[in-house]
Amino acid sequence: MAQSGRRDAPELPDFSLLKRLARDQLIYLLEQLPGRKDLFIDADLMSPLDRIANVTTLKQHEVDKLYKVELKPIVSTADQLCFLIRPRIQTVKWISDVVNLDKAAGRLRRYKIIFTPQKFYACEAVLEEQGVFGDVTCDEWAFYLLPLDDDIISLELPEFFRENFLEGDQRWVGAAGGALRLIHSLYGPFSKVYGIGQCAKMVYESWREQVEDGEQKTQQPEIGNVFLIDRDVDFITPLCSQVVYEGLVDDIFRIKCGSVEFGPEVTSSDKSIKVMLNSQDKVFNEIRNEHFSNVFGFLSQKARNLQTAYDKRRGMDIQQMKAFVSEELKGLKQEHRLLSLHIGASECIMKKKTKQDFQELLKTEHSLLEGFEVRECVSFIEEHINRQISMIDSLRLLCLLSLTENGLLPKDYRSLKAQYLQSYGIEHLLTFSNLKQMGLLVEQQPGETLTVMESKVGKLVNDKTAGKLTDAFSSLAKKSNFRALSKRLVLIPKSGEEYDLRVPRDMAYIFSGAYVPLSCKLIEQVLERDGWTGLEEITRMLNGHEFAVSGGANGTESRIKADSQRIVLVMFLGGCTYSEISALRFLGRERGYKFIVVTTAITNSGRLLEALLDNHP
Amino acid sequence: MSRAKPEDDEYWNSSKFSAFTFDDEDDEFTKMKESKRAVNSILVDDDDDDDDVEKVSWSGEPIGSISWSVKETASSFRSSGEQSFPKIDTAPSLPKQGSGYSLSSLFKAFTDTSTRAYAPELRKPKSECKDYMSDWSPEETVRRMRKGRAYSLERFRSLQDKLLLLDEAVSLHDGNVITAVLIYLKRSLSKEILFRELMVREVALRHYVHYLKEMGEQKLLLMQYKEHLNIKDEGRRRDFLKSCLSLPFSQDDAMHVQDHYTLLERQIIIEANDKRGEAEIFRKYPRKASILNMPLITTLYYSCFYHYGEPEGTFSSPANIRKTFRISEKQYILTALGARAKLKSWFDVDSLFNTKNWLGYTKKRSPIGFHRVVDILQKNNAPAQVLQEYVNLIDDPELRLSLAQKYKCHDIVIDTYKDLKDRQQLIVYQGKVERGSHEDRKIEELINNMQIRWKN
Repeated sequence: MAQSGRRDAPELPDFSLLKRLARDQLIYLLEQLPGRKDLFIDADLMSPLDRIANVTTLKQHEVDKLYKVELKPIVSTADQLCFLIRPRIQTVKWISDVVNLDKAAGRLRRYKIIFTPQKFYACEAVLEEQGVFGDVTCDEWAFYLLPLDDDIISLELPEFFRENFLEGDQRWVGAAGGALRLIHSLYGPFSKVYGIGQCAKMVYESWREQVEDGEQKTQQPEIGNVFLIDRDVDFITPLCSQVVYEGLVDDIFRIKCGSVEFGPEVTSSDKSIKVMLNSQDKVFNEIRNEHFSNVFGFLSQKARNLQTAYDKRRGMDIQQMKAFVSEELKGLKQEHRLLSLHIGASECIMKKKTKQDFQELLKTEHSLLEGFEVRECVSFIEEHINRQISMIDSLRLLCLLSLTENGLLPKDYRSLKAQYLQSYGIEHLLTFSNLKQMGLLVEQQPGETLTVMESKVGKLVNDKTAGKLTDAFSSLAKKSNFRALSKRLVLIPKSGEEYDLRVPRDMAYIFSGAYVPLSCKLIEQVLERDGWTGLEEITRMLNGHEFAVSGGANGTESRIKADSQRIVLVMFLGGCTYSEISALRFLGRERGYKFIVVTTAITNSGRLLEALLDNHP
Repeated sequence: MSRAKPEDDEYWNSSKFSAFTFDDEDDEFTKMKESKRAVNSILVDDDDDDDDVEKVSWSGEPIGSISWSVKETASSFRSSGEQSFPKIDTAPSLPKQGSGYSLSSLFKAFTDTSTRAYAPELRKPKSECKDYMSDWSPEETVRRMRKGRAYSLERFRSLQDKLLLLDEAVSLHDGNVITAVLIYLKRSLSKEILFRELMVREVALRHYVHYLKEMGEQKLLLMQYKEHLNIKDEGRRRDFLKSCLSLPFSQDDAMHVQDHYTLLERQIIIEANDKRGEAEIFRKYPRKASILNMPLITTLYYSCFYHYGEPEGTFSSPANIRKTFRISEKQYILTALGARAKLKSWFDVDSLFNTKNWLGYTKKRSPIGFHRVVDILQKNNAPAQVLQEYVNLIDDPELRLSLAQKYKCHDIVIDTYKDLKDRQQLIVYQGKVERGSHEDRKIEELINNMQIRWKN
């Protein structure tokens, strides 16, 4: 089942070094506050911290009690307080309050803030304003990169998405550049960098300047090529329902920092179990990239094999039995446990996803991608909203409609927005404003329908007029141009042909053969062409910002190991989905590449849209 | 833990591991700079002394510490090989899609049409500002800020200098530095002047707005409306929403905000009456939560559940809510159907779809597909008889067949196959019904009927 692919696929670099570096630096920082201390940790740092250190490590460095940052008055009696936080103004304000309360009570303590991955001037300005600058010492823990698996590294910065793409705040550009610099210094030098998107360009520049400032090296490179891509180049892919096992598990159970919590419905007991999901889990590793329809067959085969292995015990003599128990039994038991968990999870997924509602939802998604029976899709969405079922799914379908159709007809926009507000609360006015600003859910401009018409009807208008029209509207909205892109890049396989999901023929298998993810298709094309040549029309439709640069002179190339040239690091700015990772793994097997995915965070349609909701204080 | 000793404090005080602060660095830096200046009064190469400073700036780490070894590991591959990547143009091209409320439109009041005009030569000649640190150009300053090195913004006093500094920060694409400069400008410029200049600097403006938002000082149009979410008391929340009505929303949004106010006003009235829960329906089906702040459709459902059949004049009646908030027929039917089916009031369900034609016959008509109606009825455990009636109303024979089979409405399956003249399928279906039952006999009769012109 797991395709062997090309035999000569290069080995991946060892990223465990990143964890070690982060841990050592944290220990060093803790030692900067000698003596016993209580440690307050930001809630969203707890899981990443768990991946690189444990409580014993912290206790060894004189951390007494651990608290979660809750922005409430504290109960700690320690003489030294250490705060391990993301650089957020709200948190720093709270710390200032803690310090000022102590001062008012005449209580003397030492305070240290460790910002990770970096501190912001705005945070220090708060300390200054609150009159506690100097009472509190600040440090930076450059924990940029958390390896989640052999080929996935996360910056664990979900806020990157909203802050960069919605708020237009470039505060994380430096961090992304810093992450790239770290990888470059350990696994570089890179020979080529490709990219698309405005943020990608800035990150490239930030990285380039950071490298110029510091080291230059001639070590044997382990990573040859880098591809930077902004999430807003392709919003369609992350908004589609995931149907590959790992993506489905993320959609339904939410994988957090590479680990998932399976509830009683999966474990068929009364307790929940946390499981790490990565290549170490042999069962998971074989099904993670599979279309869900294949998973059951695989798992039952696996169960039969297991039974056979257990059955070997029959007829063994005492010596053989001894060997069996000491050599095989443990592995079998481990496999047994994992197998029953994944079977439980699959059953649970089946229950949820075979409902009629999900089938209809998928059908609507596919119709939208294909541009087929769009009016039926609009009424399906309307009914979905009217029935008040999943607020996020309704929003997701609305965005897919807008992105595939270059915006909604004004009358549809008004009516669907009004019904949405009626069903899910009028405070979603803010959500709609955010989605509009992002270009995710917009009204068609009068001129756009003209250009669409024009492209459909053909050359009814002469070129000159068409040129003028394009000029006039290119300055307007950022259009998704999905139809034209999908045609040029052949993102939608011809309908009618059988698509055997067990033997995928292209990356479309991750969406049941209905759609090749745009993001991954771009990567494939650029690697194949070694740049953007021949893709000019495509990049124009994607609003430009593409680049392809190589470092160093020709002379260096002989020194570069050929293997590293087939290791490609893809950095998603604003998040990527497990489905995209599966698609890239497939592409790698087909073409003899190995992809390493670096992302600001793992995302999916739920997380992406929740980041843009504004219906809570 | 075991290492915690009473003399920890002394250790701290005498420790060479002194904590890092900017002041420390400044001090050290000042000394170094001054001594350098004493030796040589010409401008020093920035890069060189940066290196000197770096050795001690990062927390003054002693050689051999963990951090030192960390750094060593990271840079042990250091060598002189030239690997230079070219600079690329990062200037934005197309502006982003604006929301209905573009940032700049919010500051119209401060707009000044005159464009900024200043010449680089307005910068003071170097001879005038030989003082320590003040000779750093805007470019050098923002670069130092990005690297977290000592800097000073005090010398940027003229508006031109301040703006040069800001533009330089923006061109560096480091949001952290942009915000730092903006904080300085906020402290040293009047609001009017600052906004006037930000108007023509989109990137800086967005950073500023985001900063104000995070500081809780930001009260843009929608943010002002959003403020209502922080008000717990429903009466005060209602009054606040009323005050929002006068804000300059777009026409559509103004209507939604008006609806929001009206809805909460109604909910307060309904809640006051229903809280006591005296009517029988409340005793039979006690309320699980208050209706306050629920979405409109939830309120309609509530009203169809507890206040069905009240005259249109009462605020709590479904008819009144439907009319006041211009709820579509489709939406109304869906919601009422859900509520009445939940209560198993099949009579009410029937009357939702009944229409009389001109001859006075009742006919069932629905703005939503009957397959959806069946779906909802089934989820509310409607009896077979009710379900069957609605399955029979499904137009599309394929859909009707599949639902009829799913819910075991044998008569409908049999009739549909008969209408489709599909004898083969009837024979197949005969195998699925109980032998000798009413359905079995009916199929038997049909397949032996020679009057029907079967297609197979």
